[in-house]
Amino acid sequence: MSETSRPSRGNSRPLADARHSAPIFAALGDETRLRLVFRLCDGGPMSIARLAAGSKITRQAITKHLRVMEEAGLVRGSRHGRESVWQLKQGGLEEARRYLDLISKQWDNALGRLRKFVED
Amino acid sequence: MSTDRIEKQVLLKAPLERVWRALSDSTEFGTWFGMRFDGPFKPGAVMRGVIVPTKMNLDVANAQKKYEGISFQITIEQIEPERLFSFRWHPGAVDPTVDYSLEPTTLVVFALEQVPDGVLLTLTESGFDGIPLERRAKAFASNEQGWTVQMTLIEAYLVRNKQAQPR
Repeated sequence: MSETSRPSRGNSRPLADARHSAPIFAALGDETRLRLVFRLCDGGPMSIARLAAGSKITRQAITKHLRVMEEAGLVRGSRHGRESVWQLKQGGLEEARRYLDLISKQWDNALGRLRKFVED
Repeated sequence: MSTDRIEKQVLLKAPLERVWRALSDSTEFGTWFGMRFDGPFKPGAVMRGVIVPTKMNLDVANAQKKYEGISFQITIEQIEPERLFSFRWHPGAVDPTVDYSLEPTTLVVFALEQVPDGVLLTLTESGFDGIPLERRAKAFASNEQGWTVQMTLIEAYLVRNKQAQPR
């Protein structure tokens, strides 16, 4: 958690970031989509046929989930002949990555208030 | 990067006795944290805390406003005067329609150490890996306070991502 050493003053910037990244987290707020992300993460670019293999979910449903995540900028698809191949978009994840620190920041803020409380 | 715990350290330039009171007195704790508790902290006590916007910071108060009145259950673990205060709670448990009582909790520990410049406070919150995956996944959609658990999930994902794609 390298960024958390920066003292945070107030909460307005994280809140602005929250609005910006909310679609990413909303897109991930579904177990099936999260599983698809994990599979793309482990297996690299994959066709829908491969993503559907061994899964109870239909190819149509998988396509729908991938479209939702494409809207949020998490994945992208490209056509290879008759198949479309999907992969993770690193940019979207970089965006999400900044949120790793959020719980840390919430504590930073709370501890900042504690400091003010005991030092004033 | 651990997915299970966070740790923070802060140096407080105040007397140990003052810091201890701010942590161990439930009214004082609530003042800076933004909660009102239904009694004093005692080891083993199962208490209810109600979110009240903090008076310490307007931005935070506004962010907390929509959760005003939502109650949390916290269980006090250890109280060792001027040294350690710990409790358990359900992180991100702000959906009033969900019964969190049977789910695992995280452990929050405040440890104090007298140092020459003041008091060194070490905060740890641990046990996120024990939160059910479904709860963590659903937290993504529910609300901003759910970030607490959302982060551990994303973090777990990114750790895997890093392992899968060595540079």
